[in-house]
Amino acid sequence: MGLETASQTKPLSTLHEKASFDVADFPVPTGREEEWRFTPLSRLKGLHTGAAASGGVVVRVDAAPEVTVETVGRDDERLGRAYVPADRVSAQAYSSFEKATVITVPREAVASAPTVVTVTGSGDGAAYGHTLVRLEPMAEAVVVLEHQGSAVYADNVEFVVGEGATLKVVSLQEWDDDAVHVSHHHALLAKDATFRSFVVTLGGDLVRLSPSVSYEGPGGDADLTGLYFVDAGQHLEHRLLVDHSTPNCRSNVVYKGALQGEDAHAVWIGDVIIRVEAEGTDTYELNRNLLLTDGARADSVPNLEILTGEVAGAGHASASGRLDDEHIFYLQARGIPFEEARRLVIRGFFKQLLEKIELDELRQRVFAKVEAELEK
Amino acid sequence: MSDSSRVRPGSTLEIRDLHVAVDDKEILRGVNLTVRAGETHAIMGPNGSGKSTLAYAIAGHPKYTVTGGQVLLDGVDLLELSVDERARAGLFLAMQYPVEVPGVSVSNFLRSAVTAVRGEAPKLREFAKDLKSGMDALSIDAAFAQRNLNEGFSGGEKKRHEILQLELLKPKIAVLDETDSGLDVDALRVVSEGINRFRSTGETGVLLITHYTRILRYVKPDFVHVFAGGRIVEQGGPELADKLEAEGYEAYVKASA
Ligand SMILES: Nc1ncnc2c1ncn2[C@@H]1O[C@H](COP(=O)(O)OP(=O)(O)O)[C@@H](O)[C@H]1O
Ligand SMILES: [Mg+2]
Repeated sequence: MGLETASQTKPLSTLHEKASFDVADFPVPTGREEEWRFTPLSRLKGLHTGAAASGGVVVRVDAAPEVTVETVGRDDERLGRAYVPADRVSAQAYSSFEKATVITVPREAVASAPTVVTVTGSGDGAAYGHTLVRLEPMAEAVVVLEHQGSAVYADNVEFVVGEGATLKVVSLQEWDDDAVHVSHHHALLAKDATFRSFVVTLGGDLVRLSPSVSYEGPGGDADLTGLYFVDAGQHLEHRLLVDHSTPNCRSNVVYKGALQGEDAHAVWIGDVIIRVEAEGTDTYELNRNLLLTDGARADSVPNLEILTGEVAGAGHASASGRLDDEHIFYLQARGIPFEEARRLVIRGFFKQLLEKIELDELRQRVFAKVEAELEK
Repeated sequence: MSDSSRVRPGSTLEIRDLHVAVDDKEILRGVNLTVRAGETHAIMGPNGSGKSTLAYAIAGHPKYTVTGGQVLLDGVDLLELSVDERARAGLFLAMQYPVEVPGVSVSNFLRSAVTAVRGEAPKLREFAKDLKSGMDALSIDAAFAQRNLNEGFSGGEKKRHEILQLELLKPKIAVLDETDSGLDVDALRVVSEGINRFRSTGETGVLLITHYTRILRYVKPDFVHVFAGGRIVEQGGPELADKLEAEGYEAYVKASA
């Protein structure tokens, strides 16, 4: 996870033991490993067995005027500083990408518009990518990562948020039905940095997204929000890791998903580690799944590991269940037909999350997409 | 209004020999009751006697299985209709324990309900006006409309909100299940006034379920029924409530056991 590069000591947690840039350090997963046991490997289309890159995606960046965008080679020394791959596919992506995108928001600059990175799959075989978003001290920016089209894609995204800087990221996975996407997002927060991540995963045959956060100084504040809607046959997996290794930082993780249809499968792993030195940590993580039909399955595994006696707050919750009959009854008893009652309740389930997207236009777009899922 | 044979405009709810079970356990054991427009019937009975079961069964809650009998609203068998169809046919149930529905705002909910019951969306302006005056009349704060349905509402707020819905939806027959419970004196008065406004047209019927006589001082019933052991065990006029106030339910509970 890039968390161990400084000390090279074995992480206290057994959850993420290994970090390396070298694919060879990770054996090909068999599906029995803790970190792979939920993922249907046969549907990864070779991302875990070294599928050759054939350039199946196009990356486009529409940047805010205050922001610089560079396309750099593998040797750019800024890459890989915040994050070291923690599993085989991530290492494969790191050793296979040809060009990386580096987005820099200069010191104290406040981006006047979102910077939108669009990754479009062309359906032409496997592709690997790398993105680095750097916020220099006191900078502020919104970055939108959009994923669309048909792809077999693995990538790593590094967010380096400087002292007192604020980065808000929205990552939309709106792939076509046959797409496979394995992605790591890692945010490294300097002192008093603020990070807001909003993940929306709707499309793709298999999406496995692993957002993680680590802190370099006190006052770091991370909010990780996710929304997913899993249809028949889809496997949408989110694996979160927040590593509190610095005193007085905050993290809040809220992921909510709805599932409908045969073999709709959601996986949510929420790992939070509060290390001995991370006194005054305030953390909470929550996952909720709404199972709308039979045949859908949600696996939800929160892990909260507290190694210090001095936390400001630490909690986790996870629940998966059906629509509440009592909610539906109440609405129907006021004349609202079943289908509409159901929609109201599901919208309500997601509402608080959607309200966290501060950009009106983006919030409305995501809202419309959720509505479209409800109509299916 | 004790002469119920006089013909009035409005509707009639007829409950005929209603039997209801929950989880295979028979709770209602043959309930017969007719509520006509312009009438207010109080159903009084001890806890656990099946009053809420009656209310829920009429409204169509899925947990309650009707094992026999009929419920007719103007001759239409409500038991054949879905929950929402019953509401649109003119039935309203103010619930004893209104549920919290996260993320659904009061205003959005009320607009959806009014639209469903009227069969067309109300004009936004008109709706806003109706809502405001309805809330004012029940001393409900304006900020309330933006809150999530019943979420974090006090007991009194929940009950006022039920009556707000009653006044906005204007049903033909209202079943009010312990709307008075958990209310302080001021709230009880406000809520009672709401019920009285609703019945003032004389074209609506009210089935007022209560454990205590106190609401009957504000909402005068035409008939009082004593409920025990899943059926009506005695009926009379308002004076029966006074008797219950003085003597309690004990005699009825023993007799029905
Ligand atoms: N949803 C339910 N599940 C299980 N038992 C119920 C349910 N509703 C009512 N009962 C049972 O039916 C009986 C009558 O309850 P209820 O109708 O709530 O009475 P009341 O409203 O008069 O207090 C009680 O014994 C109660 O335990
Ligand atoms: Mg009751």
